[in-house]
Amino acid sequence: MSGVKLNNVIKRYGATQVIHGIDLGIDDGEFCVFVGPSGCGKSTLLRMVAGLEETTEGQINIGARDVTRLDPSDRGVAMVFQTYALYPHMTVEQNMGFGLKMNGHPRSEIDAKVAEASRILKLDDYLKRKPAALSGGQRQRVSIGRAIVRGPEVFLFDEPLSNLDAELRVEMRVEIARLHKEIGATMIYVTHDQVEAMTLADKIVVLRAGRIEQVGAPMDLYRDPDNKFVAGFIGSPAMNFLNGKCAAEGVDVPGLAMTVPMGQAAQNAGTEVSIGIRPEHAQIVDGDTHVVELTEALGGVSYAYLKAPTGEKIIVEERGDERSKTGDRVGLRFDASRAMLFDAASEMRIR
Amino acid sequence: MDNIAGTKSSLNWAVQISTLALVLLWLFPTVGLFVSSFRTADQISSSGWWSALGTQTSQNPAIRIEGEEFVDGDLFVIEGQLFTNADIEVSAWGTSSRAPQAFVPGDVAELSRDRTITVDVGGAYRFTATESQEGQRLPRVFTTATAPPEFTLDNYRTVLVSGNATDNLAKAFFNTLTVTIPATIIPILIAAFAAYALAWMDFPGRALLVAVVVALLVVPLQLALIPLLKFHNEIGIGKGYIGVWMAHTGFGLPLAIYLLRNYMVGLPRDIIENARVDGATDFQIFVKIILPLSFPALASFAIFQFLWTWNDLLVALVFLIDATGETTVMTKQIVELLGTRGGNWEILATSAFVSIAVPLVVFFAMQKYLVRGLLAGSVK
Repeated sequence: MSGVKLNNVIKRYGATQVIHGIDLGIDDGEFCVFVGPSGCGKSTLLRMVAGLEETTEGQINIGARDVTRLDPSDRGVAMVFQTYALYPHMTVEQNMGFGLKMNGHPRSEIDAKVAEASRILKLDDYLKRKPAALSGGQRQRVSIGRAIVRGPEVFLFDEPLSNLDAELRVEMRVEIARLHKEIGATMIYVTHDQVEAMTLADKIVVLRAGRIEQVGAPMDLYRDPDNKFVAGFIGSPAMNFLNGKCAAEGVDVPGLAMTVPMGQAAQNAGTEVSIGIRPEHAQIVDGDTHVVELTEALGGVSYAYLKAPTGEKIIVEERGDERSKTGDRVGLRFDASRAMLFDAASEMRIR
Repeated sequence: MDNIAGTKSSLNWAVQISTLALVLLWLFPTVGLFVSSFRTADQISSSGWWSALGTQTSQNPAIRIEGEEFVDGDLFVIEGQLFTNADIEVSAWGTSSRAPQAFVPGDVAELSRDRTITVDVGGAYRFTATESQEGQRLPRVFTTATAPPEFTLDNYRTVLVSGNATDNLAKAFFNTLTVTIPATIIPILIAAFAAYALAWMDFPGRALLVAVVVALLVVPLQLALIPLLKFHNEIGIGKGYIGVWMAHTGFGLPLAIYLLRNYMVGLPRDIIENARVDGATDFQIFVKIILPLSFPALASFAIFQFLWTWNDLLVALVFLIDATGETTVMTKQIVELLGTRGGNWEILATSAFVSIAVPLVVFFAMQKYLVRGLLAGSVK
């Protein structure tokens, strides 16, 4: 078992550069999740670790070994694909044993390892079936089993749950978390689903346009984002951003019709900023500043979509028995210490 | 928007009728050959294959009666049987070619010089004369007879086993197989390798190679016949099986590579990448993953190539058949039969059916792959 280290990794397709110098360290046994909007390069980065895409510049280490120019099979990685990528003409058993067979392991050892993996993933009843006779969840389990059997140093997951329906996705998410605990191997997991990222990860890497925006533990990213992009990407519904301007006594926010007293405002007086407020940190109170345009009741919580006097939209989470109705005129209250301030031009956090 | 799923197209009937027309167009000659190949020469010449199951009415050639004369009272009598086949029933008979159906069975015909003759239903005749007919020409009997349908394996026996050198197709049949089987397998082997490389291996000039293959698809093979034969003679292959295998391989390869490459390109990339991560080499990926998954495409090309080499005459004539006649293939043999046995339809029909039987079997055994392989690559 060993960690993964990326050192100024760059990927170009001809003249187009898609990965712009990534530096990242993933510890041994860590569960690292790459998230980002589609096209941000997270899958490309994963495939570069796997060896399926050539690394244009930079260095990739797995453990102490430099694997930058090695073949995928020599890197000690196993990959689980979104499409499962099972071999349709082989049974579950043959699918799982294929990697070992290709590397010339003896029959008895293959059988033992396949049996072990199928026990972990509860696939014993399906060993003789072909993939076509399995459901989506079972197929993905086989695909994971195929990775386990090879006993890799690093597991790579490329959006493994995207093809499953919502219920199965939750189930498999738990399964993968359990697997990580049981095996303890280093895992890199690519997803665009932030729920998966938040629940599974020891460490989340937020990517945008081939650059790392922020790396950190899930709750750190949530509570303390470095910039507006991360703040907006992590959390659902997304953080509300309202334009404002710093002044000596606080941040003047027209969308809230108030000046928010914030310590950082004084030394940045005159700067155009965005103030960020999470839906769950704001409360609807009596008032006349905002109009409720729409409410979504999900049971335990409701989301009220408010329209500010400036036309900006604000989402507020509501709990309890008293909830607002469409068309209500309301006011807004929040704890200023929970609000975050971002520079409007650079989008960086002002702390 | 009246073309949504679930509603029948208004041209449905046209499709149905076209299908029916195609089926009939294809079925008529095939069934005709099949039926004719089991009939006797006589029955073929008297009626078409569509009435093969009915009673056969035929005007038989004149039979001159013959037999031992004996004396019955004051008459000299000759009795006998016109036909060897007991099932034949005479429906009419006559004694002159001008009126071959003048009498019904049982009638007594008066001939010149006080002679009479009578023929019964079974073909037995009784001839009487008032003086001895020794040394005289006996009369002829024209009969119109009905016979039950008769089916025989004799034609196949002639064509496959016992016939003389010109009729016997057995040797040509095996010669054709000798040409066809390697000429199907060799191009598939080469094309499968090439198609994998063109689909999944990265090397400079790949796109250009694919373009060349596509361009070769439209080159007519007649263009290459003479230069290729010259080439074969120069390198010492000459005319023979190796030459014809090479020629068929060459002419078949562009289509094979094109078809297989298009199919293989459509295989999911993830599967191949996963195999690569699993540690399989390119060759192992090809053998263990690509080949089994490409089976429908391989089979459909195999059918194409088999049919085309089986029915080929031109390439065999140019590259194979020499003066010894040892390497004659079936197509050539049948062409010759048309000349030597042009009137013997039973032989021709049987030969033709023998030559189409194998393609038919191949086609029906593998037609599901044919459709699947043809659609593959166009629709994912």
